[in-house]
Amino acid sequence: MATLSQALPVTAPKRRIAPPRIPWEIILFSLPALAIVFGLFIMPFIYGLDLSTHTLDSKGAIQDGRSLDNYTTFFNDQSQIDTIVMTFQVALPVTLFNVVLSLPLAYAMRRGIRFERFITALLILPITLGTVLVAQAMLIYFGRQGWFNQTLQAIGLIHDPLRLVHNWLGVEIALFIQGFPFVFLMILGYMSGISPDLEKASKMLGAGRWRTFWSVIFPLMLPGVAIAFCLNFVANFTVFPSAMLVGEPNALTRVMSIAAYRAAYEQQNTPYGTAIALIMGGIEFLVVALVLYLRSRMARSASLGAGKGA
Amino acid sequence: MASQTITSGVTPTLTTRSKRQGAWWRFLTRDTFWGSLLFYAVIGFFVINIVALVATVVIDSFAFSWFKTILPTQFVTHWYPDLSQDHDMGQLLLNTFVVALGATGIALLIGFPAAYVLARKEFRLKGLLMAVLMLPMLIPSLVYGIPLATMLIRMGLGGSLIGVILANIVPTTPFVILILTPFIEQVDTALESASRMLGAGRFRTFRRVLLPLVLPGMLTAGILAVVRTIALFELTYLVATTGESQTLVTALYGDATGAGIRAHQLISAMAVVYMLTTMSLVIVALFFVKPTQFVVRLKAK
Repeated sequence: MATLSQALPVTAPKRRIAPPRIPWEIILFSLPALAIVFGLFIMPFIYGLDLSTHTLDSKGAIQDGRSLDNYTTFFNDQSQIDTIVMTFQVALPVTLFNVVLSLPLAYAMRRGIRFERFITALLILPITLGTVLVAQAMLIYFGRQGWFNQTLQAIGLIHDPLRLVHNWLGVEIALFIQGFPFVFLMILGYMSGISPDLEKASKMLGAGRWRTFWSVIFPLMLPGVAIAFCLNFVANFTVFPSAMLVGEPNALTRVMSIAAYRAAYEQQNTPYGTAIALIMGGIEFLVVALVLYLRSRMARSASLGAGKGA
Repeated sequence: MASQTITSGVTPTLTTRSKRQGAWWRFLTRDTFWGSLLFYAVIGFFVINIVALVATVVIDSFAFSWFKTILPTQFVTHWYPDLSQDHDMGQLLLNTFVVALGATGIALLIGFPAAYVLARKEFRLKGLLMAVLMLPMLIPSLVYGIPLATMLIRMGLGGSLIGVILANIVPTTPFVILILTPFIEQVDTALESASRMLGAGRFRTFRRVLLPLVLPGMLTAGILAVVRTIALFELTYLVATTGESQTLVTALYGDATGAGIRAHQLISAMAVVYMLTTMSLVIVALFFVKPTQFVVRLKAK
């Protein structure tokens, strides 16, 4: 080492490393928004994590000692485990249905819709009206004597009115009304972004419509479908007003958000309620991570398969 | 035309475009006939049900009673004045607007500089900044809402409009940033450079050049955020623990859960008031924005 450094010319100018320029503008401009995220989003999370490690004493005061009692209580309570199962039973079917229904519809309309502005305006109506109003309106419209049942009876499709509210199906319908336009417009936006040249090329190479869809369009759609699925699933997983109003909040649609709300507000046990909310967030995070992992694996196998096939 | 006939078996784009200019019923003759039929059948069914859903609420709010008939037998209007027996309607409307405009105004003020940075600057950790700012949109409000509400209540802001506004800023800020960023990206940087070169300072450039050009974006983001905030239920519900801080949507939910006590027409009347508030804003919004902007649209790479 010594000989090496001596061999180097001593006069070689030292490269001066310029001090890194501090991007003041970027820091200053993004600071207010970051402050909001930290103060009102990350802080509550940390506060909630801390709060969830405390328990209440018999008088309802928060005790000092930290433990994981709230979490063990939750996972040892069969009725709480059931809420996890029920939440999946409510959230998964409707999310899958939204995606599976949106795919062919968006495919059929990938080159633009007639009356697009009008149709989209009507589609976003339930999104802008909000969950509470849709649920409240459903109680009348899908009720035993509502127009929906009246129409089906008048056509002669059914004899007795269907039970469409105050049960699991009611929540599914409510989530479908809210979620379908969302998923459809997202997937449509993604689908119309795929170059029609690829489809043309596939057809020119002799692939039929079906094969073109599965080998060309679908693999390209996967990332978009995965994101739409995740966003919709996350929204459905924390369903609250619909599960209360058009579901059976004490039986089959006692989802985790209801359990969390009741613990925190009705039983005044905020540490436990916070723990349930955080468990809910954790499970949801796992599902999203799993879907995104599958997406990356499927995307890889699709590209490999295409290579082999050619 | 010649090239069209040659390629008509293979390429759909040219032919569809020329057909699209024809009469509206021509979509039935397109090569995707069954696709179109399926599409319009499903979407039509969905839309008809949505319209009927809304119509039932309106009709019910004018019904004397409504059983087993297509329309109520007798119409009355007294459910609307009756609303004020249960609620201070003026207060509810005022709260709704104060919360929606307050949260949106603050979100715009805070979101604009952040959107500017995201649209104009390239720097390390940009992806991280973007991810952190978008975090509240990706996590549903109930997960962070319970700890946030507990924190605000502990700070003495529970049941106050300030607390409700603070809670509503959280999802509104990333929403505003998401909409504003592409609008700022569209403004040519040369305009700003020219303004600076002509001797205008930073602030003057912002006020006289950038702001007027981005105003449509601000308006879009603002209206969409207001509509969204009015319908946003969970956060307001968790923080508005007193009657004085209720908004229309939480009052409607309160009425609907206590349905046994009230006539359903009364709840419907409440729903109509809420609906008129949102719909009037949505109609204003539709003059300025494309309906799809209500939904985040994914773009294929």
